[in-house]
Amino acid sequence: MTDSSPKTMQKTERISGQMGPGRGPHGGGMIGQKSLDFRASGKRLAGSLRPERVKVIAVFVAAVISVALAATGPRVLGRATDIVFAGAIGKELPAGLDKEQVIEMTRARGDDQIADLLTGVDLVPGEGIDFSALGGVLLLVLGLYAASSLLSFFQGYLLTSAVQNTVRRMRAEVEEKLNRMPLSYFDRQPRGELLSRVTNDMDNLAQTLQQTMSQLLTSLLTIIFVFTMMIYISWTLALITLVTIPISMAAAGLVMKRSQVKFIDQWRRTGALNAQVEETFTGHSLIKVFGRQQEVQDRFDEENEALFQASFGAQFLSSLIMPMMMFIGNLNYVIIAVLGGLRVASGTMSLGDVQAFIQYSRQFTQPVTQVASMANVLQSGVASAERVFELLDADEEISDEHHPRSIDEPHGAVSFEHVSFRYLEDQPLIDDLSLTVEPGQTVAIVGPTGAGKTTLVNLVMRFYELRGGRITLDGLDIAQMRREDLRSQIGMVLQDTWLFEGTIHDNIAYGKLDATDDEIVEAAKATFVDRFVHSLPDGYDTIVDDEGANISAGEKQLITIARAFLANPALLILDEATSSVDTRTELLLQNAMAALRTERTSFVIAHRLSTIRDADLILVMEDGAIVEQGTHEELIARGAAYAGLYNAQFTGPRNGEAMSLGTAG
Amino acid sequence: MLLQILRTYLRPYKREIGYVMGLQLVATIASLSLPSLNADIIDKGVVLGDTAYIMRMGGWMLGVTVLQIACTIAAVYLGARSAMAFGRDVRSGFFRQVASFSSREVGKFGAPSLITRNTNDVQQVQMLVMLGFTLMVSAPITMVGGVIMALREDVGLSWLVAAAVPVLVAATGFIISRMVPGFRRMQRYLDDVNRVMREQITGIRVIRAFVREPHESGRFGAANDDLSDVSIDVGRWMSAMFPTVMFVMNASSVAVLWFGGIRIDEGLMQIGALTAFITYLVQILMAVMMSTFMLVMVPRASVSADRIGEVLGTSSSVVPPEEGITEVNTRGGLEFREVGFTYAGAEHPVLCDVNFSAAAGQTTAIIGSTGAGKSTLLNLIPRLFDVSEGTITVDGVDVRDFDPEALWQRIGLVPQKAYLFSGTIASNLRYGKPDATEEEMWEALEIAQATDFVSAMSDGLDSDVAQGGTNLSGGQRQRIAIARAIIRQPEVYLFDDSFSALDVATDARLRQALRPVTRDATVLIVAQRVFTITEADQIVVLEDGDVVGLGSHDELLTTCPTYQEIVESQLKAEAS
Repeated sequence: MTDSSPKTMQKTERISGQMGPGRGPHGGGMIGQKSLDFRASGKRLAGSLRPERVKVIAVFVAAVISVALAATGPRVLGRATDIVFAGAIGKELPAGLDKEQVIEMTRARGDDQIADLLTGVDLVPGEGIDFSALGGVLLLVLGLYAASSLLSFFQGYLLTSAVQNTVRRMRAEVEEKLNRMPLSYFDRQPRGELLSRVTNDMDNLAQTLQQTMSQLLTSLLTIIFVFTMMIYISWTLALITLVTIPISMAAAGLVMKRSQVKFIDQWRRTGALNAQVEETFTGHSLIKVFGRQQEVQDRFDEENEALFQASFGAQFLSSLIMPMMMFIGNLNYVIIAVLGGLRVASGTMSLGDVQAFIQYSRQFTQPVTQVASMANVLQSGVASAERVFELLDADEEISDEHHPRSIDEPHGAVSFEHVSFRYLEDQPLIDDLSLTVEPGQTVAIVGPTGAGKTTLVNLVMRFYELRGGRITLDGLDIAQMRREDLRSQIGMVLQDTWLFEGTIHDNIAYGKLDATDDEIVEAAKATFVDRFVHSLPDGYDTIVDDEGANISAGEKQLITIARAFLANPALLILDEATSSVDTRTELLLQNAMAALRTERTSFVIAHRLSTIRDADLILVMEDGAIVEQGTHEELIARGAAYAGLYNAQFTGPRNGEAMSLGTAG
Repeated sequence: MLLQILRTYLRPYKREIGYVMGLQLVATIASLSLPSLNADIIDKGVVLGDTAYIMRMGGWMLGVTVLQIACTIAAVYLGARSAMAFGRDVRSGFFRQVASFSSREVGKFGAPSLITRNTNDVQQVQMLVMLGFTLMVSAPITMVGGVIMALREDVGLSWLVAAAVPVLVAATGFIISRMVPGFRRMQRYLDDVNRVMREQITGIRVIRAFVREPHESGRFGAANDDLSDVSIDVGRWMSAMFPTVMFVMNASSVAVLWFGGIRIDEGLMQIGALTAFITYLVQILMAVMMSTFMLVMVPRASVSADRIGEVLGTSSSVVPPEEGITEVNTRGGLEFREVGFTYAGAEHPVLCDVNFSAAAGQTTAIIGSTGAGKSTLLNLIPRLFDVSEGTITVDGVDVRDFDPEALWQRIGLVPQKAYLFSGTIASNLRYGKPDATEEEMWEALEIAQATDFVSAMSDGLDSDVAQGGTNLSGGQRQRIAIARAIIRQPEVYLFDDSFSALDVATDARLRQALRPVTRDATVLIVAQRVFTITEADQIVVLEDGDVVGLGSHDELLTTCPTYQEIVESQLKAEAS
């Protein structure tokens, strides 16, 4: 680890990209990732709004009216300025004359410029400001703005619920989809990848919908209306402003593109730093004991510095956009102020129009910038949508039979008839396996890792579909039963314990949702959960989760056993259920389990052979096939595979076979 | 706490901050002077028809605009750099603080929480600083400058500013105060939704096995509804924000025109001042609005700052000695003298009055049920925790008197959970010995019975290892972790149930191979299976933190009932 070279880092990232459960704000490089089929996914995303179409149409109408009203505001306000201007100048002029006469007089004095100015002003010499006209215009403006604001609020109000309801629906769709997908999908897909799809991509998509729907529409409408108004006032000045659009767009696009690259870099670096911090904090004690602190520190500093560089670049570039737009806006402002001033002076334009024009041009730059930035948001959003759609389009489990059959009270006779199964097309695992289990029998399955022990019991659960042959329960093909009917007859304790974030009480109650407190405590007592629960801070109300920092692996296993105990199923499957439990507790547990197993068909997978000695049937599996079966005594007598395993485990110390360390000397 | 962190970590950037403020000042004044110049164009140029003047002032405005952008860019550059450097420094300080922690403090906060604090919380504070650099300076200056300029244009209309600002503050403040708690709830519900989703994926087999899909869908549906409801609520307040602000601004402009018109008619004010006044008012209101936004960020950043400060303010319960002992000539093994350990605040001790000694070359096994304190006992030796009572000596020296590096150099720990670091097999082995050669690595792997699978991997020693070692099986992880300890050639081996994932045959071969390597070392081994420890020199039997038996296998079989029960549970089968 002395070389924290790019090579090492790349590896780390690749791995964490696959494995990490989507850490960091945007786990992995999904942002900015080119969409495969932008148009189709974009259309489908827009189509997801269809159930809200009434609202969406109302939003559209409200937005059009609101923006139109807001766009006419400055123009009408310009009229007010003109009235004030006319009044201010008119008052200076001698009363009794008409406007033409005043202009004549001015020109006669040689003040051609002022004369030109006056021609453009609608004034009555000697009259001051026409306050009744001014009041009328101002009231109109106030009304326009009020209506526009109200409609704008109305639009946002409707849009929010339309978008959020759509997102809610999509989330639910994704969740339902997860329930319909075969387990093989979950095996194939790296977990972090899948998690990232259902969380990060979903969030990104929701944000994109909200942002683009509200801003893109108003921005585009504003650009159109404002520009129309500008042309209406003065098309020459409008042309000047029009020139600034491509400049603004290009400038904003350029900076944004670069800052986007930096932002992606920043996210990547944040992810890398996060991974490193996580590793360091998780392996804290090891790093200490192995004296690797300095090295870890150096690596952190390096990553930290890299993050600083990336985030500095990203922040700087993205902060540039606003001032740049302001600069272009100001340039435009200056040009319009000068040209407009010249034209007012020459009488070809009114002051109010210049005033209005300036306001319009100020309103113009912001939406242009926004549209430019929306392009990026939209792109990343559609890329996320595509990943979500991909998930939604994934193959589903074969649906249950239309006329399912069920067994109310199964006896528990299980038989495998020429069963074949493989996870991957080209890798046969189980081939033509047959097996008969009598009701109430305890079947133990032993064998090396990868022999197919877990697969065998998974097939009984119908977690996977067979490739050939059939499995029957009481003579009925399980493929003809509804999965839930089948599974609710079977209690399964898995090798990998799984607790959800919640109290110990609730985690046990998962086995039987309507269990009473007494039943839960009873199950907990039978499985020795009760014993350690009392040493926890909040007893049964102690919150645990899958990371389960506050309880040990053995204790977690006990909780999952309590769950199955509570469920009280007809069939029982125990897959390495007690591997982390200490042997004394395990022995006590055995007695409880034995009680649970009587009269029940059970499948038990165990490493510790002592726990399965009294099984009715022991299956020895190797490479997906049953190589031996019989009772303990029969198999020991045979002296083959099972006897070998058994002897290795139990007779070791007898022979003094170097089972202890450093002592034999 | 926020202020304290800002003060401490911004100090090195005092000069940059000074520059930022200066530049922002110039930029703000420049942008404030534009409307005034425009007013001049109207009053002195347009009204008098002086085109030359219009051109000249236009030139001025252009110059001011360029000055403004130049200053802004420089300020943004320095501001972004200082803010990000601030974040970097806080992260680094935080990281170093955690590095000094003992396992007790790490356990107290929990690794996930520490990770969030080190990155997300720092980011929150950093964003406040970043925003502060741009707004803290420009907003007040714009407000004050805007007021001054507006007053210069016309004092008589200044009451409009005094009226508009409180209205805007009240309106936006009200909306924001409704939005902020919503945002917090939104974040929480979003976490909930994602958590349920995550649990559904991680627990898919259990969920399907128990046919709990409907239950899970219900749980998800509830979380989803909560999230949507609060999102809609927040979204609606948010949609009120922009129209409200716009209306206040536009209404102010209308008011300026009306009241300004009256003053112009009375000859108290010039027409150009009217336009300028409107512009200033809008600028002031914008600055007020931005400040309100910024104030919203303060509570959030302050919560983050508290979370950071909590960690920075915690000192390690394991303090290295001022001048630790680095060299010891004797190899005196290991001794526990009246050792007790209690978690802070806990009622019952985890370990109580533990006494035993282990000489070099001896193997001591520790056995007992889950939760008996076996791992804790082991962790006390490398000072991952410090004893609450009594002493532990290594080579005759109290572990607390050792220089930590020297102590750890003597120890090879194989933890219960075989944690590997991301990198390669080789980089993990170098954790044990940084300068290990390839031969040494293969040798260690050979002893740890890992040669087979490592050499079968496509890149051998350079094969990738995922974080935590998740791309290897449990047994493979354990063997690499064992090799990592062996390569160190320590004086004291600590095996914390380190063979649990190995199959019996591998276990036996490994122990055989270990024997010559550990001949001169003190070996402590926590075990579950009795048959693996029957020939240990001594066995410590723990029961609820007490030593209930100490002696050899044969002695304990006759003297210690707990040991008998344990043996019974495992060897019963064989005895029959």
